[in-house]
Order: sequence, then C-alpha cells, then structure tokens
Amino acid sequence: MNQTVIEIEDLSFSISGKRILEQIRFCVSAGERLFVVGPNGAGKTTLLRCLSRIITDWHGSISVKGKDLKIYPQKKLAKILTYVPQVLPADIPFTVYQFVLMARYPHLSPFSVISPQDEKVVSDAMEMTQTACFAERVMATLSGGERQQVSIAAAVAQQAEIFLLDEPATYLDYKHQRDIHSLLAKINKTFGTTIVCVTHDLNSAVLSADRIIALKEGKIVFEGSPEEIMNEKTLEQIYSKKFDFAQHPVTGQKIIVPDVIE
Amino acid sequence: MKRKIAFILIIIFAILVVAVTPFIGSTKVLLSAIKDIDLATTAGQIFYSLRLPRVFTTFLAGAALACCGVALQAMFKNPLATPFTLGISGGAAFGAAVYVIFAASVSIFYGPIVFSFAGSLGAVILVYGLTRIKKGFSVGTMLLAGVAVNFFFSSLIMFLQYISDFTQSFRIIHWLMGSVDVTGFHTPRVLFVLTSVGIVIIAAQSLNLNLMSISDEIAAARGVNVKRTRKIIFLATSIMVAGVVAFCGPIGFVGLMAPHICRLLVGHDHKILTPAAILFGGAFLTLCDCVARTIIAPAEMPVGVITALLGGPLFVWLLLKGNSEANL
Repeated sequence: MNQTVIEIEDLSFSISGKRILEQIRFCVSAGERLFVVGPNGAGKTTLLRCLSRIITDWHGSISVKGKDLKIYPQKKLAKILTYVPQVLPADIPFTVYQFVLMARYPHLSPFSVISPQDEKVVSDAMEMTQTACFAERVMATLSGGERQQVSIAAAVAQQAEIFLLDEPATYLDYKHQRDIHSLLAKINKTFGTTIVCVTHDLNSAVLSADRIIALKEGKIVFEGSPEEIMNEKTLEQIYSKKFDFAQHPVTGQKIIVPDVIE
Repeated sequence: MKRKIAFILIIIFAILVVAVTPFIGSTKVLLSAIKDIDLATTAGQIFYSLRLPRVFTTFLAGAALACCGVALQAMFKNPLATPFTLGISGGAAFGAAVYVIFAASVSIFYGPIVFSFAGSLGAVILVYGLTRIKKGFSVGTMLLAGVAVNFFFSSLIMFLQYISDFTQSFRIIHWLMGSVDVTGFHTPRVLFVLTSVGIVIIAAQSLNLNLMSISDEIAAARGVNVKRTRKIIFLATSIMVAGVVAFCGPIGFVGLMAPHICRLLVGHDHKILTPAAILFGGAFLTLCDCVARTIIAPAEMPVGVITALLGGPLFVWLLLKGNSEANL
C-alpha cells in the first residue's frame, strides 16, 4: 500500500443553505490515478475546488501529506498540488513559453531571476507535452486542444506531486481527448504524479483510472475499481438511467455504449 | 526586441520631457540664465522654486497614478479599473475636502495627506468590505462596488460644497479640477517618499500581477496568495493616491490611459510594463501640465482639464474597439 497523500474526513460544504457536499470521506494514495464521476450538480467540481483551496469555507478536515490543508502557505502548497481548470481564459496575452515559465513561480522568490535550471524544467515540460513547437505563439491564438495541452505543460513545469484536473478533455475532439488522457498517463508513469481527475466521460475514466469515486447529490455513492463500477445496477443508481454495455475490442474491459435515440 | 526598443523610447521620452518642460512657460528661461543656480535672479527663482518643483510634482503624480492603474487593471482583469473608477480617488478627494472645510484652520502635521489617506483607505475598505459581505464575490462585483463608492463620495463632496462658504467652495472646485500649484521642494519631496513606497511595493508584486491578470484560480494554483496580494495592492494604491490627490487634486485618466498605451508598446509582462507605465505616466502628466500652463498664458488652466480632454477620446476609442480586454 502506497503512502496516503490526501485524506478527507467528513467534508461538507454548502452555499446559502444548500448542501453541495455532505460528509465526504476518502483517501488518495501517492501515484494513484483517481477519477471522480457523477451526474451534473453532484458536487464534483466543488470537491476539486475544496481540495485546491479555491473554496476555503468548508467544514470537516482535509489533510495533504499529513498536514492540515488550511495551514499551508500558498507557495508551499503549490509545490505539492496544482489545479488544472476546465478551460483556461481565452484571452491570455502571454506567449505559450511565458505562460509555462510562470508556473515556476512557487520555486522563485519575488525578485529572483529565472535560473538555467528553471528554463530546463520548462523546456522539458514543453517537450513532453508536445507544446514546444508553438512556444512563441500568443495563448489567445491557440485552439481549445492546444490550450489544454499548454495548461498541462504548465502543471508539469510546476513540478507539483498532485494534479487536480477538472474535466480536462470535456470540450475537446477525439484526438485531443486521447492526447490529454495519454499525456496524463505518461506524466503519472514518469514522475509518479498523483492524478485526481473529475470527468463526465465514464469510458475514459474506466480506461485510465486505478480507482473511481462516484458522487451523487453531494454524497459518495460508489468507491471502487473500474471493473466494479461497470455494473448495471450501480450505474443506474448513480445516473438514474439504464445503460447498455459492450466489450472493448482491445482491452476486453466492459464499457458503456451511446444510447439509441428514437 | 521591438518591445525593448519601445521601452528605451519611453525612457528617452521621459528624460526629454523632464529636461525640456522646465524651460517652457509664460516667462522664457534660458539655460545660460540658470546655470549658476542663483536664486536671487528672476530667472533662477522661476526655474528653481517654481518650474522644477512643479515638473517633479507632476511627474511623480503621473507616475503614481499610472502605477496604480497598472496594478488595479491586472488585479481586476478589467481595462477600466483605475483609482478613479474604483472610488479610491473619490475617497481621497472627500478626505481632502473635509480638511479644507473643517480642519485647515487647525494646524495638523501633513494635514491634507493624512485626511486624503484616511479617505482613500476608507474607500478601499468600503469596496473590499462590500464584496466581503456577499460570499463568493466576483471581480465584477468589486468593480461595481467601486463605482458605487465613487458616486457616494462625489455626493458627499457636493454636500460639503453646498454647506461651505463661497471661498472654501471655490478652493474645492479649483482643486477638484486638478491643479498643481507648487512652490519650493516641500511638495515634491513628500510626494517622492509616498510614490516610491507605493512603487516599490507594487514592483515587488510583478510576478503576482502577471498571474492574477490571467485568472485568480490560476494564480492560486501557481502559489500566489491572492487575498494577501489584493490587500497589499489596495494599501499601496491608497498611499499613492492620497499623496497625489492631496497635492494635485483627483487627476483622472492618466491612471487609465498610461497602462493601456504601455501595454500596446511593451507587452503585458509587469516586470517591464510597470516601469514603462510609471515613466510614461509621469512624462505624460508633465507634458499635459506644460500645455495647461502655457496654452492660455499668462493665465493657467487646471491640468485636469487637459488630461481629461486628451484622455476622454482615448477612453471612448477603447470602448469602441470592442473586445478591449483581449487586445489590451
């Protein structure tokens, strides 16, 4: 059993009286690929925002590497975990290189100069994510898929041990979806990065995850392996609809197929 | 490369303006007349106790306002954020107006600045407080709160004018238009201290401002303490704005246009944008003031009239450009 890096106990959160998360409790181990699924409004994104401390007024306890999340200085936290939003703003006026270089922030002091080592980390990250070829382009001119690649390149350059990703492939075409998921797998394998990924896409979760958690109405309704979630009853309970299944021709895993529209 | 050249041109522009404008005015001053630094001669007196202090004061004021504009626009991710639109200038002006009417007769150590600073800090706390009451506030809410606070203070100033006597009212109006009546080096010295403190604080936030200009979420994910940075910038801007407003009145538009023009010239990296805007803002206001005191010489126009006349059309042009946030 790997070391636990995130430990969540009795996490609850509400906005103006409405419960968004209720008594969430789970752990994440180092190097694990954990996918969080569930219907719209289940609290998946909110959960990620609590973990990345964008939201802070939750109740319960979250500890990261054995320490209370709330007491981390922001810079120190950024060396441990980073958050990759669903989409980057479309109008970023910096070049791709400048943007990725900014991810070295937690390793710099306010006036310190960029060291050759920082530059190496950045160029390696861009090489790995295949973003080096458009390093000098302005972010605002990139396509959605390219922008998402750059977003992940920056997370790699940040050298955080834990990536928190919010639907990283939702708005992308098939090729870019595959690219993003195989990139995440590569990062996980190369650096042992812990991946916590929220997604709508059950099939990609099943094909990429070590473990899956399902949320419904702010509560955890399933926690287990990809094989276990691909069960008619389980899925019906999570999504309140029936699913048809097929077998993946390559891996033999059970996957869901699109519904027939009458 | 292009950006480096633009930056060097801005530096040259600033040096030229500071070097030339002291010689321009209703009375001609020649270089030969002032080289002995003799205050006994008329030329020496005009040059050393009127023109130079005035040029330094306007330069510092312009620099401070531009610096505030850069920081606030990045922080709010909004091209219209300035000390003016956020009510910080309004608060400072109200503080200074209170001083003019109620406290000018009592001698208080650095009275106008203390009152302006109380006003600008009050405005900032009000803006920040209003957005804190509502949970999960957005940048837009904060900007709207700023606009509301600005109106609030404008009304208070009008009220003060209404209840004050004729002379006081005239003094307030004259000063509200933005004017730089300086004699000697006391004013530029005080303003230099306030402006440098503010500029150093904001320059130290360059990396934070770069990230916050993208989005607060990204900034936080990269390790920026967004809440603390906001407070630091608010504090630094209220110090600078208090100094400027106390001495020169609430001069508008420099804080808006200098950052925008510099962004077009040197790009969005605050490590170069902030110094560029400081130099450009300073030089621009000095130039405006030079125009203001020569165009209807021997009479003088308030500098605020000129900056607004030049700044107004730019403001409209920015609005008409459509998606100004993406382009600027």
